[in-house]
Amino acid sequence: MLKWIRTIAWVMVAAIAGAMAWVILGGGPGGFSGGRAPLSAAVGGPFELSSHDGKRISEQTLKGKPFAIFFGFTYCPDVCPTSLLDMSNQIKELGADAQKMRFVFVSVDHERDTPDQLKLYLSSFDPAIIGLTGTAAEIADITRKYRVLYEKVQTKDGYTINHTATVYLMDADGKFSGTLAYQEDAKTAVEKLRRLVRTVK
Amino acid sequence: MFRRTILVSAIALSSLTQLTTASLAETLAKGSIKVETAWSRETPNGARVAGGFMKITNTGTEADRLVGGSFVNAKRVEIHEMAMEGGNMKMRELPDGLEIKPGQTVELKPGSYHVMFMELEKHAKNGDSVKGTLVFAKAGTIEVTYKIAPLGAMAPGGKAGSGGHHGMKH
Repeated sequence: MLKWIRTIAWVMVAAIAGAMAWVILGGGPGGFSGGRAPLSAAVGGPFELSSHDGKRISEQTLKGKPFAIFFGFTYCPDVCPTSLLDMSNQIKELGADAQKMRFVFVSVDHERDTPDQLKLYLSSFDPAIIGLTGTAAEIADITRKYRVLYEKVQTKDGYTINHTATVYLMDADGKFSGTLAYQEDAKTAVEKLRRLVRTVK
Repeated sequence: MFRRTILVSAIALSSLTQLTTASLAETLAKGSIKVETAWSRETPNGARVAGGFMKITNTGTEADRLVGGSFVNAKRVEIHEMAMEGGNMKMRELPDGLEIKPGQTVELKPGSYHVMFMELEKHAKNGDSVKGTLVFAKAGTIEVTYKIAPLGAMAPGGKAGSGGHHGMKH
């Protein structure tokens, strides 16, 4: 009898361990923790979204130049305007190097961020920044591929969105190359961007 | 009689001076609650929200609670908490408001507690002063004037963006 219980317990332990391994290794739903492959291969991938000036943009459109990509929304009081302003300052600081790469802002708020709203919002920042938005499915697709977390949070009369505030640096082939942290030191950020530009042969 | 007039004038003058000093220091007090340096930031075009920041001190012996407020450029004001968790920005409304314990000073600032101006109807520009109120459970309503800092400023009167304004980061 006791032996049976012990056997069942061990089977359960094995099953739980297996399930955990499956989730951790990226097979499970969400697979947020990095996936099967190293992070460099896991971040990025094909997507298709609408730009603030009404064009359809995919990873193919961006190909050929490295890019910095950041996710947010225009109803964001703090992190998004700060990050977009930092990005604008980096573009200014980069000078001619800024033209050798692209800067992308992707909305995680398909309900409120229409291309027109993005266009209006981005008019306060450097014109080099490309704003992208899309349907719920399109945004879910790119955020999954970029390992970006976003979550709608209800407030009394509306909602806000929690989201990843990291800027991803991608090379000219659309492959992950590094990150800028939120409020990364201005000098370090520009050095990282110059290094990214120099990866182009 | 004449002497009395002088005395009254002197008192009036002294209170006027105090009033002027108080408004220069941007400190507003009511009951046990003192509010200092209310500020906000210029918002991007098309923005419908903005954060409001200030220092609140409870000089009394009982806890009080910031429960609401108003901002003339916005339809509503909510009280929020923000935090960065491993590269993720998390924000939530504080439905019961923000407690200010006796003797405590709470600073509402970027990346932390803030009052959130919802459904902005007018855009404030750098250098503007915009009126509003803060409502406390015990102290009641306090009128405040928000000084508008540049877009992305991290401190009142600070410059725009993250470049070199926080000494502790270097």
